[in-house]
Amino acid sequence: MLAFAIRRLMQAVGVIVVVALISFALFRFVGDPINQLVGQDTTPEQRAELRQQLGLDDSVVVQGARFIVNAAHFNFGISYQFKRPVSDIVAERLPATLELSVLSAIFALLVGVPMGVYTGLYPASWLSRVFLAVSLLGVSLPTFLIGILLIFIFSVDLGLLPSFGRGDVVTIWGTWTTGLLTTSGLRSLIMPTITLGLFQMTLIMRLVRGEMLEVLRTDYIKFARARGLTRRAINFGHALKSTLVPVITITGLQLGSIFAFSIITETVFQWPGMGLLFLQAVQQVDIPIMAAYLMLVAVIFTVVNFIVDMLYVAVDPRIRIRGVQA
Amino acid sequence: MTELAGEANVAPAPPRSALQRVLDSDIFYSFTGSPVTIASAVITLLLVAAALLAPLVAPHNPFDPASLSIADSLLPPVWNKDGVSDYLLGTDDQGRDVLSTILYGMRISLSVGFASVLLAIAIGVPLGLAAGYFGGYADAIIMRVADVQLTFPAILTALLIDGVARGIAGPQAYNDVVFPVLVISIGLSFWVQYARTVRGSVLVEANKEYVLAARLIGLRPIAILFRHILPNVIGPVLVIATINLALAIITEATLSFLGVGVPPTQPSLGTLIRIGNDYLFSGEWWITIFPGITLAVLVLAVNLLGDWLRDALNPKLR
Repeated sequence: MLAFAIRRLMQAVGVIVVVALISFALFRFVGDPINQLVGQDTTPEQRAELRQQLGLDDSVVVQGARFIVNAAHFNFGISYQFKRPVSDIVAERLPATLELSVLSAIFALLVGVPMGVYTGLYPASWLSRVFLAVSLLGVSLPTFLIGILLIFIFSVDLGLLPSFGRGDVVTIWGTWTTGLLTTSGLRSLIMPTITLGLFQMTLIMRLVRGEMLEVLRTDYIKFARARGLTRRAINFGHALKSTLVPVITITGLQLGSIFAFSIITETVFQWPGMGLLFLQAVQQVDIPIMAAYLMLVAVIFTVVNFIVDMLYVAVDPRIRIRGVQA
Repeated sequence: MTELAGEANVAPAPPRSALQRVLDSDIFYSFTGSPVTIASAVITLLLVAAALLAPLVAPHNPFDPASLSIADSLLPPVWNKDGVSDYLLGTDDQGRDVLSTILYGMRISLSVGFASVLLAIAIGVPLGLAAGYFGGYADAIIMRVADVQLTFPAILTALLIDGVARGIAGPQAYNDVVFPVLVISIGLSFWVQYARTVRGSVLVEANKEYVLAARLIGLRPIAILFRHILPNVIGPVLVIATINLALAIITEATLSFLGVGVPPTQPSLGTLIRIGNDYLFSGEWWITIFPGITLAVLVLAVNLLGDWLRDALNPKLR
């Protein structure tokens, strides 16, 4: 178990270092940071001085080492667009995206699991067919199209929900802003959450359905039926419980994807989070923000992956044995 | 289809024609048994044909400035009381016929989609063959790179490559290279799946007797890989390619919607949806909804074909 954890940890660190090197390569080789920071009328002497100050004259290795040390402190320098420290901007934007991502994951789980259980238990019923058709749509409709359709129906046509922004937000714990405590904030969250979570919801539903169909055929479920247990005890106590292991894994892994896919949802709903910030950075070639986002996603992904791996091993004894031997 | 015809050439004995062999095959049998699949095949073919023949079938040429008149801008579809019969699905802000822009836009969406899938295959399949057949360091390096890339969602990889290209080319030159950049950024984000699948199949195939026989008669590894092993591992690749085509079209549309894809002068379906999105609130819904429906139908049909192909090629389900 410990050896397994250490090996996974080494892998995670390796991935983060590789991503850090890619981010550094972005800094070093894409565009000239000096040109991005100063105006047209800066003299060559001033430019050279700035270059000296920023350490751009040092060797690539020194710059690379400095970049990694700074990145470890989450110091990515100054944004080319906003002329402000990247870490400040990220601190402002991060709560919006995290709130949206976590709510979407919860939505996907709360809706996806029951739908999956139902379609697994009654594969032939008409409601299951409807659920499956919906899930096919969820896979085929691009995220941004779902968002646009929701806006068209609920904002333009019915005028029920706000179509952009976070509504009123409340500041708690320093820079952390939340929309969960105001009515307009909650109303603003509804459509982005559904848009972002729909794809994961269909994924979870199909997964639970597949697992349920498989588990219900096994001998121990047949035996449970023969013992005369109630349907509820069999379906939820025995069958669903054993399907939850892969569900936990996939949901965990998808949390990182949700964070990345929020780029699209945030653009559709003009949600002032990290995704919108990253997209603007790509369009404006704002390398410091791109690098910071990249590192942030890498860290979130690897941390989540690591936790999921550990959970998986802790929950499923079969892997625990194999994992130690491998 | 070509593969089947090729087999017919190798084995000249049966008197049946290539067409007959196709009609007798298991795949064709499973095809005729599924109305949904036939419907999606018909829809896909119709859409692809309409896109290919856009200059012939489109009622207007939306990119000919001389034929545009600003007086005709923002006309609703024909069944609306203000609609004009000349513009079946209405016009956009520049007076372009929405139906025609959709047909031309689908052309761009489909060509970027096909090209990126081909690129992903061209990168992933050889790497997967090499990793599976040679093992050792080649395998370790290729699969580690694949693992790292798999940690990132395709859309993020594509956005990043796009951003880097933008930075290197500069904003002006970027518009000239936008199509290759799009194809590369989408293609590069999809190769991993092919490499992993092919590697898995090669690991199984490499120990079979025909491969040993081929090695015994002294064929070069390249010949064994591409002439002997590749035809036996191509089935899963076709399935992934079909599903990936749908994904590639979605990714291109998403990038274009986000404003980092194709420019408005040569709009794809995604660009059209983005342009129309600005008019959604003023009530001109047709500019964005019709390209959106087209995109959804196209992707849905291709996805259904992919689902069917996966089941049809899976011997366990037969």
